[in-house]
Amino acid sequence: MEKIIKKLTETYGPSGREDRIREVIKEEVSGLADEIRTDYLGNLIVLKKGTASEETRPVMLAAHMDEIGLMVTHIDKDGFLRFTNVGGVGPSRLVGARVVLPSGKKGVVFHEQLKELKELDLEKMYIDIGAENQDEARKHVTIGDIAIYDQPMVSLGNRLVAKAMDDRIGCAVLISALKELKNNHNDVYFVFTSQEEVGIRGARTSAYGLNPGLGIAVDVTMTGDTPEAKKMDVKLGGGAAIKVKDSSLITSPLVKDMMVEIAEKANIKYQLEVLARGGTDAGAIHLTREGVLAGCISIPCRYVHSPAEMVDLRDVEAAVALLGKILEEKIDF
Amino acid sequence: MLIKELTEVPGIAGREAQVRSYIKDKLVGEDLGFSLDAMGNMYARHKAGDTPHVMLASHMDEVGFMVMGYDPGGLLKFAPVGGIDLRVVVGKKVYVGEDKVLGIVGAKPIHLQKKAEQNKPFSRQELFIDIGASSEEEAKRKAKIGDQITFATRTEYINEKVMKGKAFDDRAGCTAIIEILKSKPRINLTGAFTVQEEVGLRGAGVAASNVRPDLAIVLEGTTASDVPESPEHRYSTTMGQGPAITLMDRSFLANQHLNKRVAELAEKEGIRYQFRRTNIGGTDAGRIHLVEEGIPTIGLSLPCRYIHSPVSLLNMDDLQGMIDLVKTILEDIAEGGFPLGKNY
Amino acid sequence: MDLKKFIASLSNTPGISGMEKEVSQKIVSTWETLADEVEVDTLGNVIAWRKGKNSNHPPIMIAAHQDEIGFMVNEIDKEGFVRIEPIGGIDPRLLPGQEVVIWGREKVLGIVGAKPPHLQKPEEREKAIPLDKIFVDCGEKKESLTQKIRIGDPITFNQELEWFNENVCTGKSLDDRAGVASLHQALLELKGTQPEIDIAFVATVQEEVGVRGAITSSFLLKPCLGIAVDVGFAQRPGQEKELSIEANKGPALGIGPHVHPDLFSRLQGIAVENDIPFQMEPSPHPGGTDAYAIQMSRCGVATALLSIPLANMHSPLEVIDIRDVRRTGKLLARFCLQADVEFVEGLTCL
Repeated sequence: MEKIIKKLTETYGPSGREDRIREVIKEEVSGLADEIRTDYLGNLIVLKKGTASEETRPVMLAAHMDEIGLMVTHIDKDGFLRFTNVGGVGPSRLVGARVVLPSGKKGVVFHEQLKELKELDLEKMYIDIGAENQDEARKHVTIGDIAIYDQPMVSLGNRLVAKAMDDRIGCAVLISALKELKNNHNDVYFVFTSQEEVGIRGARTSAYGLNPGLGIAVDVTMTGDTPEAKKMDVKLGGGAAIKVKDSSLITSPLVKDMMVEIAEKANIKYQLEVLARGGTDAGAIHLTREGVLAGCISIPCRYVHSPAEMVDLRDVEAAVALLGKILEEKIDF
Repeated sequence: MLIKELTEVPGIAGREAQVRSYIKDKLVGEDLGFSLDAMGNMYARHKAGDTPHVMLASHMDEVGFMVMGYDPGGLLKFAPVGGIDLRVVVGKKVYVGEDKVLGIVGAKPIHLQKKAEQNKPFSRQELFIDIGASSEEEAKRKAKIGDQITFATRTEYINEKVMKGKAFDDRAGCTAIIEILKSKPRINLTGAFTVQEEVGLRGAGVAASNVRPDLAIVLEGTTASDVPESPEHRYSTTMGQGPAITLMDRSFLANQHLNKRVAELAEKEGIRYQFRRTNIGGTDAGRIHLVEEGIPTIGLSLPCRYIHSPVSLLNMDDLQGMIDLVKTILEDIAEGGFPLGKNY
Repeated sequence: MDLKKFIASLSNTPGISGMEKEVSQKIVSTWETLADEVEVDTLGNVIAWRKGKNSNHPPIMIAAHQDEIGFMVNEIDKEGFVRIEPIGGIDPRLLPGQEVVIWGREKVLGIVGAKPPHLQKPEEREKAIPLDKIFVDCGEKKESLTQKIRIGDPITFNQELEWFNENVCTGKSLDDRAGVASLHQALLELKGTQPEIDIAFVATVQEEVGVRGAITSSFLLKPCLGIAVDVGFAQRPGQEKELSIEANKGPALGIGPHVHPDLFSRLQGIAVENDIPFQMEPSPHPGGTDAYAIQMSRCGVATALLSIPLANMHSPLEVIDIRDVRRTGKLLARFCLQADVEFVEGLTCL
C-alpha cells in the first residue's frame, strides 16, 4: 500500500494536465479490468464487470487524479515567474515551498518585500527557478505551464505525509479495491476523475455518460483533532469516514445507512462526517440526469492543500475494506 | 456600421429581444436556418454537407440595470443586472425601457455632502435615475417595474484603430460571428447568440444542449488591464496585441491540445495573438464544455479596456484578428488538420 | 384536506434539506386523493400528475420546495453539549434561547445555549454571538445522549403552527411549505376539470442547499414550461421598499432574467381577468429559487416565479396570510386550465 501511495502522490498531475498520473494509474489497473477508456475531459474509466445475470445499473466509484497547482502567467525580464492558482492554493502555505514545472525544472516560491504578513497574497508572490534572466527562464517554462509542490512522501509509522494525498489516496483506495475485488454483483466503473479541484468537473461529465444507479466518491476530509481545530468529530485513526454532508452533498439516508450497516456487520472501523465546507465528486454525481443516489467514503486528512497532507494507513485500509464489502452487495435502490 | 449599431441596441440579461432581431435582420438572405429556444438563445445554422459541426457562441446581453421602484417625486430606484462597479455610474446618461426613455444617474451634489462622505462611494440606495418626471404617476407611465436600463453611450472611433462604446462585451463577439457566417465557411456551423451570460453564464449550457456540436468556440470580450496602477504581471490581456486564447478562468480550464493547435495556426497565418493570463471571471465556455459527456471547447477573448462600465475601448485590429483566426480554425477543421477527437 | 389543516400539518413536520421523508409521506398521502397519479423520484421529489387531454405533450411543471432550513449534529462534546452545523442560511443571532428537536434514534428535546452574559466581557456583549460559540443543551451527559443521537442527525426548531386570527399564522418552515400548500390549493381547484396539457405538481427537495431537487426533477420531467412558487419578503420596518412585497396583496409575479416575458404577461392577464390581486417583484439576480434550475434544464425551459409574501424568513416564526396562498393556488389553477399547445409553441417562435 505504502509503495503505491508513494508512487501516486509523487507523480505530476494538476487539474487539466492529468496525462502523466493517468498513465501511472492505467499501468496499475491494466490486466485487472474488462475495459479501460478515457473521455474528453480526461477521466480514466475502468470497468469491472459484475456477476449479475439480470439487468442492473452500474456502480460508479470516483476518486480524483488531479492536484492543485500554480499556473505561470508571466515571465519577467529577470526570469522570475508570476502565477495564478489552479484550485484552492493558500498563499501562507506557499512561502518557501519547493515546486516543480512540467519540464522537470524546480523552483521555490517567495513573496515581494511586505510591510505586514497580512498583505500576503498570490499576486505578490513569484516562483524563482534560479534563472538569471527571461531568456534562460523561457528554456524551461512557457506561459500556461502548471507547477506543483515538489515533495517526496515520508512515512511516520502508521501515518504518511505527502503532497497530493488529496486525492491520490482515493486513487490508491480504488486501485486496491479493484485488485481485491471478487464477485461484484453489479458492473463497477472505477473512475479516476479530472478537474475536481477547479469545480468538480470531470465527475460531472463521466457520471452523465455512465448513468450509474449508485455513485460513491472516495476523497479526503478535514479533521477536528489538531490543536484549536474547528469543531468537527472526525479524527485521524478513527476509521473510514462515512459522509453525512458537505457543501456539495447531503448523503441520502438510504446510502448512508447502508454504509453504516455494512461497516458494523463486517466490523470495519468507521466514523460519521459532517463537513462544513468543501465538496467532492459525489456532489456532481448525485445531480446527474434525473438524480443518482450517491455517497462518499472519506479518508481523514490533516493539512489539506498543503505540501504536507497527512493520512493514517489504518483509515485507508478501513476504506478499502468498506468499499469491497459494499461492492459484494447486490445494489438495487 | 455593424458594430456601432449592434452595441447601441439595449439588451440586458433576460431582455435580449431587440438584439436578437437586429442580428437576425443582418443575417436574413444568407441562406441560414434560424431557431429560438425557450430561454431566448438564437441559432443561425449554416450547412456545408458532411463535415464536423462547430458552434460559435457569443452572448447578446450586456450589463445594465432594472427599474425596481419609484420615489414620490418621480425618480426611479434601480438595481444592477450583472456585475457593475457602482462607483462608475453616477453622472451618466441611460436609456430606460425598450423605447429608450432618456434618464440620468444622479446623487446628492458634492456641496451638500459632508467631508467624510466624499471619500465613500455612493451606495445603490443613494443613487437614483431621473427621467424628468415630476410625480410618481408620471414616472410609472414612462417606466415600468422590471424595465431594463442601459447606458446611453454612442459608439464611435476615437482614432483610426480604437473605438469607444458600451457592450463590446459581447456584441463584438456577435459581430465576429455575423461576419464569419457571411463568409460561408466549408463547414457546418451554428452561430449561437446566447442570453444571460452576465448573470451567471445561464444561456450557454442550454445552447450547447440544443446544438450538440463537435467543437465549440466561445468569442468573448475580456478585461484588458494594461493601464496605469496595474503591474505588468497582472495584465490579463493587452489591447492591440490580438485576440487572446484563454488558458483558464473561474469556470474553465482550456484543453491544451486544442489550444496548441490554435496557437500553431495563428503563427502559421501570421495572426497576432496573446494568451488570457488570469483565472478570474467566467465565460460561456465554462458551461458549454461540461454539457452532457463534455464538449471540446476553445475560448477566444477580445481585450476591452474598462469592461462592464458605461464606456469601454476596443481595438478594431484585435476584432479583425479574431475573425481571421476563427476562419483559419474552421478551414483547418475542413481540411481535417484539427485535433477534434474526443479521447485523450 | 382543508388548506388550513394541510398547511399546519406540513409546517409542524420535520424535514431539513436531504431528509424530507416525513414531509414527503404527508404530501403523497394527501395528494393521492387529488391527483391522477403520485410518484417519488430518486432524490425524493414528490410529483403529482393531473393528466391532460393531450397527454403526448411535455408537461407543465409547477414546483414548490418541501425542505426547510435546520441543523445537523456536528459534534457531541465530553460534557454532552451538542455542536451544530447549519443546513441552509440561518441568522445565528436568533438562535440563543430557541427550543429545538434532535431527530435521533428517538426524539430528543434541547435548547440552544451560549455563554451567560454575566460571564462575557463588556466587548463580547457588544457583539453577536457567533455560531461556533453556540451549542444545544439536552440536559444529558454524553454517555446517555450518544445512545440516542449521532453525528449527522437532523435538528429542527420546536414550533407548532399557531393562528393570530382566521387568516394569519406563524410557524416554522412556511418557507416553502406555504408554496406547497398553494399547489395543494390548485389541485383542489382543478377537481372535476381536465386541463389540455399534463400538469406535474412537484414538491421539490433540497432547495435550501442549492435548488438540487429542481435540477434533477426538471431533467426527469422535460417540462414544456415551469412555474416555481416560493416565498418573498413581506414588508417590515427597516426593509427597502423595492426589495419587499406586501402581505394580503396576493402573489407577487417575479420579473427578471429567470422569467419568460410571455409567461409573465399570460399570468398577469389571467390574474386581471379573474380578479385575483397580485403584485410585482422585480428580481435582478436570477438565483435562489427552483426557477433558476428549471429554466436551465436540458434544452431550456420557459419559467415564471410566483412569490407568497412571508415575514421573518428563515426564522422559527415565519408569518403568512393564508389568503395569499389561496390566491396563488387559484392563479395556478386558472393558468393550467388555459394553457394550450399553441401558447407553448408561441414561446419559441422567432
